[in-house]
Amino acid sequence: MYKIVEKRKLAPQIYLMDVEAPRVAKSARPGQFVIVKMNEKGERIPLTICDYDADRGTVTIVFQTLGQSTVEMAGYEVGDYFTDFAGPLGEASEFIYEDIAELKQERLVFVAGGVGTAPVYPQVKWLQQQGVQVDVIIGARSQDFVILEEEMKALGANVYVTTDDGSYSRKGLVTDVLKGLIDGGAAYDHVIAIGPMIMMKFVAKLTKGYNIKTTISLNPIMVDGTGMCGACRVSVGDEIKFACVDGPEFDGHLVDFDEAMRRQAMYKTEEGRYKLEAEKGSHTGGCCGGKQ
Amino acid sequence: MSKAARIPVREQCAKARVTNFDEVCLGYSLEEAIAEAARCLNCKNAKCVGDCPVAIDIPAFISHVKKGEITEAAKVIAKASALPAVCGRVCPQESQCEGKCIVGIKGEAVAIGKLERFVADWARENQVDTAEVEPKNGRKVAVIGSGPAGLTCAGELARKGYEITVFEALHEPGGVLVYGIPEFRLPKETVVKTEIENLKKMGVKIETNVIIGKTVTIDELLNEEGFDAVFIGSGAGLPKFMGISGENANGVFSANEFLTRNNLMKAFKEEYSTPIKVGKRVAVVGGGNVAMDAARTAARLGAETHIVYRRSEAELPARVEEVHHAKEEGIIFDVLTNPTEILVDDKGWVTGLKCIKMELGEADASGRRKPVEVANSEFVMEVDTVIMSLGTSPNPLISSTTQGLEINKWQCIVADEETGLTSRERVYAGGDAVTGAATVILAMGAGKKAAAAINEMLMGAKQ
Ligand SMILES: Cc1cc2nc3c(=O)[nH]c(=O)nc-3n(C[C@H](O)[C@H](O)[C@H](O)COP(=O)(O)OP(=O)(O)OC[C@H]3O[C@@H](n4cnc5c(N)ncnc54)[C@H](O)[C@@H]3O)c2cc1C
Ligand SMILES: Cc1cc2nc3c(=O)[nH]c(=O)nc-3n(C[C@H](O)[C@H](O)[C@H](O)COP(=O)(O)OP(=O)(O)OC[C@H]3O[C@@H](n4cnc5c(N)ncnc54)[C@H](O)[C@@H]3O)c2cc1C
Ligand code: SF4
Ligand code: SF4
Ligand code: FES
Ligand SMILES: [Mg+2]
Repeated sequence: MYKIVEKRKLAPQIYLMDVEAPRVAKSARPGQFVIVKMNEKGERIPLTICDYDADRGTVTIVFQTLGQSTVEMAGYEVGDYFTDFAGPLGEASEFIYEDIAELKQERLVFVAGGVGTAPVYPQVKWLQQQGVQVDVIIGARSQDFVILEEEMKALGANVYVTTDDGSYSRKGLVTDVLKGLIDGGAAYDHVIAIGPMIMMKFVAKLTKGYNIKTTISLNPIMVDGTGMCGACRVSVGDEIKFACVDGPEFDGHLVDFDEAMRRQAMYKTEEGRYKLEAEKGSHTGGCCGGKQ
Repeated sequence: MSKAARIPVREQCAKARVTNFDEVCLGYSLEEAIAEAARCLNCKNAKCVGDCPVAIDIPAFISHVKKGEITEAAKVIAKASALPAVCGRVCPQESQCEGKCIVGIKGEAVAIGKLERFVADWARENQVDTAEVEPKNGRKVAVIGSGPAGLTCAGELARKGYEITVFEALHEPGGVLVYGIPEFRLPKETVVKTEIENLKKMGVKIETNVIIGKTVTIDELLNEEGFDAVFIGSGAGLPKFMGISGENANGVFSANEFLTRNNLMKAFKEEYSTPIKVGKRVAVVGGGNVAMDAARTAARLGAETHIVYRRSEAELPARVEEVHHAKEEGIIFDVLTNPTEILVDDKGWVTGLKCIKMELGEADASGRRKPVEVANSEFVMEVDTVIMSLGTSPNPLISSTTQGLEINKWQCIVADEETGLTSRERVYAGGDAVTGAATVILAMGAGKKAAAAINEMLMGAKQ
């Protein structure tokens, strides 16, 4: 049993929870995810690790209510328990294996969309703590949906915020901001984009034109998360990869996003479908759980 | 007496059972078991024992059944097997113990599996305690994976006084017994859970949600957590696909995904959240036990179901009983048929399976006749779901995170056949992780041998 020790509402439909899971907290690295099963009858829900504290033995998750399970999860309170919390799963972000001195010479920019800002956070935190200065572009539907802006700034990152409706900071898509920065002379070596599939697709398309290395984090349907079922398979270049063990981060220029988006829609519940439809037309709002 | 026909075992009728997930085979009553046991000749040099991978003293346990001494029979079996209720149900008996039974030469072999199952079920229902645990010896062993290999190794060592922790990646222990083999062949609550509860009673600790190689590594277990030895029984869970066009379409699943949703996640029960998609017409590609399980599950979920297999019926690798049951349940067998492409609509969903007819050609190195394509025989099966059941291989999670652990070209862990010792000191392995996908009883046999070797290594070291 895994106890919820903190719960905060970050934005409409977006919640943060700290969960006691000492083994996961000890081994977690940026880029990895966990699988949460709330109770006996629950499904296995993959969620990115947003922060971890080995000393406290806690792992932070941030989720958006989309369908049956995430809505139910939002009803859990501090002091409640999840029956299962497995991880860390997947490969850590590639940069943690790189030479720090070399990393410091690189120019990195993160592009975060909606609830996808949460998985960007531990990556930015790790890099800033190693003394690697990074830029972060956060995109959200409107002011209310901007999350973790202050936390990112507190890490020392250069943060740019944009909203679809212009209700906060500037109006526009994350790709507009990224393009502006590149054209304005930012010589990025590496773009890391995490957000709705459609956002990542357009970021990758943009950076391909500039020939900038681009990493994206996929969130296909998963069941076990350990390489046993193949539900999470994605086409990357001419290979089939299992996102749960080979990913979830891949080269954005090689991923077949259209196929990945079709596969993501396979098990939408009615509530999920309703929510996704209501959000159509936005590239940056939504969630990392997928939109058509 | 031996000429008498085998006592038939009661089963749910086919019409009723394709609408539920309850167990198909209802097992013998005490009277039936005694009558069937009477067919055994109690051979001095019993051939059946030689072909049981764990060498259960079959004539001895059957003689007890003959006399109605079921507790005694259970004790005989317990000496050799930790999971008789499982093996009695899922062993490929026709090619093992029963395949060598003397009575089977002229008539039908003694129903050894069904008798074993009866004894195990009776012992469970009557709470016969077969476990004797020696006092704690102060040594700690970690067991990775809670399938038959891991559970057997854990049980053997716990009985010898070791402190055992089983680490399981999933949320529920049991391995393939819980995620793969369906409820209608192996009831989870009564059979599998009880076996696991028995281990816990012997003091075995089971930590679920721990993925070795991710949550903690083997080196950490040995160097930081104080384990004296490790047994790897992590199975062969990685599903294969064909590599044909359309395989990533919506509606194409691995048998593992389909079965896991249904068995482990209980998608067939309304009150469980995990969804399962099964269309109106399903093609299951493959001919092994896993394919039969997937097909019979799809049928129970309401689909017209086809088995698509490239060789002929005689080569089907599945147990005879499963093929027979599948046919009774209305599964259509399209043999000598090989898929070449999955057809997909503009939204990415499956619309059909393009296949080509095959015929059997020359025998290959393994002695099996090789299927070859029949020219111009392509046709399209109209299906909306395709389930790939082409076999599995070991997952590289452990081998890639354990330095110096040797694997072969099939990703299988290299281990000594007699002891299970790997290329790493104090690290043993067995079951599907070593052999590739095999059987429950072979995995158990490997777990048992490794337990003996670990005991010898550690007790030797103590002196
Ligand atoms: C590696 C990974 C990391 C993720 N990280 C986060 C995160 O940090 N925060 C967050 O809010 N969401 C995250 N998701 C998505 C999250 O898992 C889904 O939003 C959640 O499972 C939806 O469940 P539901 O029952 O509420 O919605 P449903 O109505 O069942 O489904 C809505 C949509 O959610 C997605 N989904 C449904 N079931 C699954 C599943 N088993 N696995 C993956 N996606 C599914 C599908 O796109 C589906 O169309 C991540 C997914 C993956 C694979
Ligand atoms: C659908 C199906 C039907 C079958 N039918 C039959 C049958 O009728 N008769 C028969 O004899 N055999 C049958 N088999 C084969 C049989 O089930 C296997 O040979 C047997 O279960 C292998 O046992 P094992 O202990 O080696 O591995 P498994 O049963 O595969 O168990 C391995 C366990 O290890 C866990 N694990 C894996 N990696 C890690 C890790 N890194 N950390 C922690 N845990 C990990 C897995 O989650 C799993 O629980 C069938 C198999 C399937 C899939
Ligand atoms: S364990 Fe399997 S092979 Fe051995 S006697 Fe039982 S059914 Fe036969
Ligand atoms: S070979 Fe057949 S008859 Fe002989 S002991 Fe074994 S089960 Fe009995
Ligand atoms: S989620 Fe099952 S293999 Fe990736
Ligand atoms: Mg759901």
